[in-house]
Amino acid sequence: MSRRFTPKVVTANDLLLGDVIYLTEQDTWTRDHSKAELIEDEAHADIRLLFASQQAGAVVGAYLADAKPGPKGPEPVHFREAFRARGPSNYAHGKQVDARA
Amino acid sequence: MYRYDEFDAAFVRNRVAQFRNQVDRRLDGSLTEDEFKPLRLMNGLYLQLHAYMLRVAIPYGTLDSAKMRQLAYIAERWDKGYGHFTTRQNIQYNWPKLPDIADMLEALADVGMHAIQTSGNTVRNVTADHFAGAAEDEIADPRPYAELLRQWSTDHPEFQFLGRKFKIAITGSDNDRAVTGAHDIGLRIVRNDAGEIGFTVLVGGGLGRTPMVGKVIREFVSVGDLLPYVEAILSAYNSYGRRDNKYKARIKITVHEEGLDTFRDKVEERFAEIRPQFTGVDQEVLSAIETHFASPKWRDAPVDAFDATYGTDPVFRSWADTNLSAHRAPGYAIVSISLKAHGATPGDASADQMRVMADLAERFGHDELRISHEQNVILPHVHKSDLPLVHTILKAHGLATANIGLASDIIACPGMDYCALATARSIPVAQDIATRLDALKIEHEVGALKIKISGCINACGHHHVGHIGILGLDRAGVENYQITLGGDGTETTEIGTRTGPGFAYDEIVPAVERIILAYLDLRDSEDETFLEAYRRVGMAPFKNALYGDSLKGSQARAA
Repeated sequence: MSRRFTPKVVTANDLLLGDVIYLTEQDTWTRDHSKAELIEDEAHADIRLLFASQQAGAVVGAYLADAKPGPKGPEPVHFREAFRARGPSNYAHGKQVDARA
Repeated sequence: MYRYDEFDAAFVRNRVAQFRNQVDRRLDGSLTEDEFKPLRLMNGLYLQLHAYMLRVAIPYGTLDSAKMRQLAYIAERWDKGYGHFTTRQNIQYNWPKLPDIADMLEALADVGMHAIQTSGNTVRNVTADHFAGAAEDEIADPRPYAELLRQWSTDHPEFQFLGRKFKIAITGSDNDRAVTGAHDIGLRIVRNDAGEIGFTVLVGGGLGRTPMVGKVIREFVSVGDLLPYVEAILSAYNSYGRRDNKYKARIKITVHEEGLDTFRDKVEERFAEIRPQFTGVDQEVLSAIETHFASPKWRDAPVDAFDATYGTDPVFRSWADTNLSAHRAPGYAIVSISLKAHGATPGDASADQMRVMADLAERFGHDELRISHEQNVILPHVHKSDLPLVHTILKAHGLATANIGLASDIIACPGMDYCALATARSIPVAQDIATRLDALKIEHEVGALKIKISGCINACGHHHVGHIGILGLDRAGVENYQITLGGDGTETTEIGTRTGPGFAYDEIVPAVERIILAYLDLRDSEDETFLEAYRRVGMAPFKNALYGDSLKGSQARAA
């Protein structure tokens, strides 16, 4: 029996800046994990990943990452994705700064 | 210090222009990411977790003040005001933007630097003893040979598509400070019975998922045979190395699977073929290179100022005892500047700090700087009479931490705070261990102890050769840290042994503390180092300190 599908977000890095981005329901890209589209259907996930992968002029390395619903929107499941969503732990650089701004 | 000739300068400028064009074509859609990726990697540009990362080579770790100031300028102009010095004598910028990279490379070319072959399956930055040209125990300066190898390997048409990356390290002293036993090729300068300089050549060393200690493939290779012999090794590896499996593609696997003797036969066979092609041009080039590495004119001056400060200032004395090393010229010392202030990120220097170090090199250090694989900066030639002032200036800029070779002088890879390959964080573990050691105030009592941390199995943090090695892994979605003990990265290279089950993120610092306290309890005197004590008593007491009774009943925890 195949494994049950778990919810996902589409994530990638921005081509110009290299920072972490997420695909929204509106077909735009956001820096904020909680604003990403939470995909709960496997077939839909494939379509969304294909859509993201075709935007070669804007994004690099799109993939599906596990996510779960939270009070403010999707939240990362794995700690790697949590770090990607937050920024490095040794300096307040990257997303942590953006989040405060 | 090697200065680019016209050929070098034109070559590097040309590569910058090519890469500028490649970036433009990526941005206008003419190149796909799959097409662009190998091109950017050839120029040291990675895409990491949060941003691009530009890895700049510092050949054999040697810099002058102009180069260091330019690194500071680049950090401020295009990055976030700092740089990260790595275990391969490179500097990494963690936050560059793709449209700026060509300008950064251009700025590097302005001072004779580049990022070529800092990635990809090529011969990487050749690393060397960071005390080269200064150490009292040195047989010969390894840097001219390292520069010869750099020139030979840069854009070498036969070796641009090796089975895997290839790392060469060279030391000029019996005391191996370049970890030559853990490189694809390790070169150790020796003298033969006739008093001639040559190289003991090791092959097939490496860390990563299959750690192996390099094996001596030839006891003595003459200076004239160096390049053809190294080329013969590369050539044999290129022909016989595996390409079916990335994890079996390093030369250590080739040597291991073929057997050293069989591999040696292949190298010798190839060497016999190509040696006649080396008709002496390489030796002419070497002679020209050697003129760039002539010793500075040493100053003959009294050292009373040093002695007086040493006698009266305990902070200076502590720093002098840990951070100075014996220099070959009378009245001089080698200064190691620690980039390991307690709680700071190992290997990071701000642009301001880089400029301070550049100024010190220019004023007091014959304009020379070195980067060590241990992620510190060296002023290789400082007259002792200048040391009190040098120390005062370092102190004012957070650069006078007196911990070289001590437990808080930790090597740590960027780990999952930056690296896309990492499976766990390493920087905050290093920060927390150093902070804890500082709070306990025991590291001077503990003495020589090398802690090395890697955030994944690729072992950029050299954990296998740490006296205490820490490897961060992902265990079922949680960070988990394995400990190894007894590793050694010197001429007596040894791979550390795993203690047992790993520790959670919040358990790893107390675990390291227990190991250190156990050592203090069991050492037979203050003179017995951690490594000596471990070799005497073995794993058992440390295992007991780590796991106590819990080990007996909880094998289930085994990672």
